[in-house]
Amino acid sequence: MPAHNLPTNSGAKPTLAVFKFSSCDGCQLQLLNLEDELLTLVGAVEIAYFLEARRRVLPPPYDIGLVEGSISTPEEERRIRQVRRDCRYLVSIGACATSGGIQALRNWADVDEFIRCVYPSPEYIKSLETATPIAAHVFVDFELRGCPVNAEQLVELLSALLLGRKPNIPTHSVCIECKRRGYPCVLVTKGEPCLGPITQAGCGALCPRCERACYGCFGPMEQPNIRSLANQLKNEQGRTNREVKLALRQFNGYMEPFKQAGDYYERLEQKET
Amino acid sequence: MSDTTAPLIHKQSFLPKDAMNALVRRLVDEGYTVIGPQVHDGAIMMRPLTTADELAKGVCDEQDGGRYRLTDGDSEMYFDNVVGPDSPKRYFFPPQQKLFTLTIKGERFQVDDTTPKPPKYAFIGIRACELAAIKIQDRVFGIDVDQQTFRCESDQYYRRARQNALFIVVNCTRPAGTCFCVSMETGPEAIDSFDLSLTELREGFIVRTGTEKGVALLGQLPAREATSAELELASMKLRRARDQMGRRLDTRGLKEALDKSMEHPRWDEVADRCLSCANCTMVCPTCFCSTVSDTNDLATGQVTRTRFWESCFTHQFSYTTTGPVRSTIRGRYRHWLCHKLATWWDQFDTSGCVGCGRCITWCPVGIDLTEEATAIREQQTEASDRSGRGFVDEWAE
Ligand code: SF4
Ligand code: SF4
Ligand code: SF4
Ligand code: SF4
Repeated sequence: MPAHNLPTNSGAKPTLAVFKFSSCDGCQLQLLNLEDELLTLVGAVEIAYFLEARRRVLPPPYDIGLVEGSISTPEEERRIRQVRRDCRYLVSIGACATSGGIQALRNWADVDEFIRCVYPSPEYIKSLETATPIAAHVFVDFELRGCPVNAEQLVELLSALLLGRKPNIPTHSVCIECKRRGYPCVLVTKGEPCLGPITQAGCGALCPRCERACYGCFGPMEQPNIRSLANQLKNEQGRTNREVKLALRQFNGYMEPFKQAGDYYERLEQKET
Repeated sequence: MSDTTAPLIHKQSFLPKDAMNALVRRLVDEGYTVIGPQVHDGAIMMRPLTTADELAKGVCDEQDGGRYRLTDGDSEMYFDNVVGPDSPKRYFFPPQQKLFTLTIKGERFQVDDTTPKPPKYAFIGIRACELAAIKIQDRVFGIDVDQQTFRCESDQYYRRARQNALFIVVNCTRPAGTCFCVSMETGPEAIDSFDLSLTELREGFIVRTGTEKGVALLGQLPAREATSAELELASMKLRRARDQMGRRLDTRGLKEALDKSMEHPRWDEVADRCLSCANCTMVCPTCFCSTVSDTNDLATGQVTRTRFWESCFTHQFSYTTTGPVRSTIRGRYRHWLCHKLATWWDQFDTSGCVGCGRCITWCPVGIDLTEEATAIREQQTEASDRSGRGFVDEWAE
């Protein structure tokens, strides 16, 4: 019996391709860091395209495509369409691919001004006005959150895909993971500005485990009540509208509803001055 | 055996402070995994220990809605604090537990039970409200065979862990700002269901035996007759504790009031504040919901089923083909509060709340169920028949 139920293009082992767009490679590294599971994975799929790991490239089509990074250049805009055509299942992985990532902070600024400041010969730089998630350009079959993605979730996603079952990727708060693991709450015991109550689980409450506040790198959870948490940070912890805005505008600042909420606190901040 | 020990049950005596070391050592020697209150990262957690030095001695806690701080206390006092986020629930009903594996063997599945054998637990320093919570979970998990109301089938792990456990309960002499056990009639003094109960004085403990196991254990320790002054002091401290409850809840007619308040406007107000983060359900010692998830091993094809603590505050909890049945935070908070204080009675013939105050302290925005329930009960006439207003986009204003 085959180890997978995925209908393949070739009838042989399903093929896996990993693509990089504007990103830091951290999510691909999570795949390489898997070690034990990676060997199993290599047994279960044909790694057809993964430039970070091997030079050999097999031609498309691919059964599963993982995409890391945001779309921030005209060339990437074209390339993602081809990648979509080449892949049966397309999964965007990580904050950049699912929200635009940290580079999407430029969406609130003047990109040309950045380019003039940073590069000695700005005329060579071909950059889009905005950095945007993959799903803003092509249809994606699944989005895996995190900066970087969590290795266990990556394995779960691939195992589910290969078997043809629904992946177990919860959309509830980080708090649930935090409490299951028995970490004392940093918001309640220390007055830290923890975003865990509005952030999607998946990391295993990594930051509270190190006695630090969650800064939301897995993006908004299902139906987050951002205003209530913000009121708590402002009224009980004495934080400003600007601090709330900056807390929301980080790795997933361009993902709804963090985006609208960040803009809202920016308007409140501007009204004050 | 019971002929000679029976008169000794519920007998009070005096145990000097330094006997705490011997007590812990004794339990360890008898093969118990001893669980007691310890300081971890700024909170009192119920964790395994092997010596009395690890107990949270000389530490007080300050608790209020969404706020918890530890302060220095009387260095002679072992238990001058109350419950933290943990409770024995973590040990009887673990937050994450592998249940079984399935392996394909030819044309069939082979099922292997992977539930571990629970250790023999001895809890030191649990409180009266926690014993009450355990009695409620006994009904939920179906180990209380005499009662008629339980609906779930008996949970084997819970039953084994629970039946082998030893309870050394501490009567509360310094309740926290979020405690209301007096209103729920669960504390501050434990009346039954313990092996030993301790009331702490500065020089030692007034110890009461509750079972033969407790009598045998106390027999190994340097206890002596308690003087009448010591007994009087202990009961004074407990009387004073009753008057120092941080919160109160009038439960008379509360179930009936809640049952007919489904459209009360207060639900909208609390829904504006509730994060649906589920902290309240995770820390509640009676909340029992779980979910299972299956993972498959790519190499062997083996499937593992794992059980996790789940909460009625998640979408997945009530998810059907058309989406979550309780799609609003209003609906989820209402469901939770009504379950704790009203529908639990229909289901298990008991309250689902023991007044421990955890859900108040550990709610990141300090939502207080005593306040919510009181508001709903007191504004009965204004209850209007409003339909759920669903999602309102307020950011664009
Ligand atoms: S530390 Fe943060 S993530 Fe953990 S329970 Fe508290 S608010 Fe939630
Ligand atoms: S706790 Fe928050 S910021 Fe930290 S890793 Fe998890 S999601 Fe990211
Ligand atoms: S509902 Fe709150 S006060 Fe009542 S038992 Fe649960 S955590 Fe304690
Ligand atoms: S009542 Fe508090 S702890 Fe419970 S879900 Fe709402 S915000 Fe979270």
